[in-house]
Amino acid sequence: MGKTLAEKILSWNSGEDAQAGDIVIARVDLAFIQDTTGPLTVRQFRASGFQRVANPGRTVVFLDHAAPSPNRELANDHRLLRQFAHQVGAQLFEVGEGICHQLVAERFASPGEVVVGADSHSVTAGGLGAFATGMGSTDVAVAMALGKTWFRVPESFRVCLRGDFPRGVYAKDLILHLIGSIGADGATYRALEFTGETLSKMSISDRLTVANMVVEAGAKVGLFPSDEVTKGYLEEHGRGQGYRPLAADPDASYERTIEVDVAGLEPMIAKPHAVDNTAPVQELRGTKVHQVFIGTCTGGRLEDLAVAASILRGRRRHPDTRLIVGPASTSILIQAMNAGYLETLVEAGAGVVPPGCAACLGVHQGVLGDGETCVSTGNRNFRGRMGNPEAFIYLASPATAAATALAGEVADPRGFL
Amino acid sequence: MLKGKAFKFGDDISTDDIVPGRLAPLRSNLPELAKHVLEDLRPDFVSRLSPGDFLVAGKNFGLGSSREHAPLSLKMAGVGAVLAKSAARIFFRNAINVGLPLLICDTDAIDEGDELEVDLASGKVHNMTKGTQLASGRMAEVMLRILEEGGLVEYIKKYGDFELP
Ligand code: SF4
Repeated sequence: MGKTLAEKILSWNSGEDAQAGDIVIARVDLAFIQDTTGPLTVRQFRASGFQRVANPGRTVVFLDHAAPSPNRELANDHRLLRQFAHQVGAQLFEVGEGICHQLVAERFASPGEVVVGADSHSVTAGGLGAFATGMGSTDVAVAMALGKTWFRVPESFRVCLRGDFPRGVYAKDLILHLIGSIGADGATYRALEFTGETLSKMSISDRLTVANMVVEAGAKVGLFPSDEVTKGYLEEHGRGQGYRPLAADPDASYERTIEVDVAGLEPMIAKPHAVDNTAPVQELRGTKVHQVFIGTCTGGRLEDLAVAASILRGRRRHPDTRLIVGPASTSILIQAMNAGYLETLVEAGAGVVPPGCAACLGVHQGVLGDGETCVSTGNRNFRGRMGNPEAFIYLASPATAAATALAGEVADPRGFL
Repeated sequence: MLKGKAFKFGDDISTDDIVPGRLAPLRSNLPELAKHVLEDLRPDFVSRLSPGDFLVAGKNFGLGSSREHAPLSLKMAGVGAVLAKSAARIFFRNAINVGLPLLICDTDAIDEGDELEVDLASGKVHNMTKGTQLASGRMAEVMLRILEEGGLVEYIKKYGDFELP
């Protein structure tokens, strides 16, 4: 019988004939930690008696979540991580270099690899055809030391995409629609495998955005096949040798197939306090917004800043609505500078923060006040997520976020393009 | 055999509910972090909890971030086990890795304050208050072994590697 993408990759990496439901021990091609989960990884690594990592060149430490450090405690966590990286020879990405998942996509992940990160959005690299998944600190400590981990091979849902994206509708709207329709636990323990004619028109930026958020439906991994688009991206990033074409077998067996005609989608928004609490943007029009945040591993890529700039060009944010922009990596920051996007955004009233997670997780750079509302291009709107349980977070595309910054209230980007 | 009383929570309790991101500065100070678990939902939770009591929740418990500080601080606060209708994947694995038992069962049959007895080996949940018995789902063998050793660190110290049954 044919194999799903998940079964294929886990078969290669385990040397077994892996089928959904099996437990396998798989080789780990890349293991990484970041500054909020990493200190515990280091402690568990040491508590387990490990001295060395299996593969220093493929062991990475990112300082991105609370970077630059907002206080003494987190500064000391950064110190611990720098020491650890030095001790084991791991690669270190410093404060201001970017968000772990974006850097993993730009620098490391290739199709067919197994990638584990101590961060739930490690699924992002599934956009490049890597079996990428998030784990806890201890699991990643062990994966770093042994160069392997155990997996239960997931059952897969196939998500078939057809049609073209209408004007003003983006990958973010697609994934919000999908999560809204299957629910926050709709794909728990499953692999979501994307296929269909729409894929050839989806950039890697689009695919990373979709893969990033599959965890918001509970999925273990969100897999895109590896094709010409993937090849182009890897070559552009000087990693063309990592390319290999990859797709599920035509006779693979899926637990469920979900069909989406993207031509029928409209701009979507997730309302407080759950990602699956979605509605068309139209229904929320007029909701007063105090802060717009364009950034994160979901919505801080070059394409995201480009669309925001195209909406904000020659205009000015609403006086009662502050706008924070956080490019996802240094290379995005530089490209956005060269393309003039940053100038446009700053002239429109944006405050630009250095590449990193910034306001996304509620430790600094955009914590919300009591009763305030934020439209974010991020991936989570749980109560308290942006540092204040009395605040309200809506999730939307960069285009919707930009339109909202202009209007001072939730706005449909189609009126501004 | 674990014994304690039930603290009942609803569906979709996220890791941001358990240990919010704003407490990130406390993540390297687990005893302090443990004083704050679930405080946004129930400010008196930790003060009312007696060691060994059960956290009983609905579906999709522990969704969200991979922060292992969530199950760790629940354990350090004194939670004996989590009982839920279903649990998010990363949380489930993390809970077992830190030695916090997590059982999947029909928690509708448990009310706030019910006295429970849980037998981990058989997965049986005895509701002493109601005089009823609940069965819980069986976890993967590798997880059971990790739990038996008290967590992944202890397991790795003993075996040095993963041992699949
Ligand atoms: S940007 Fe937000 S979701 Fe992405 S890794 Fe950082 S904190 Fe997590």
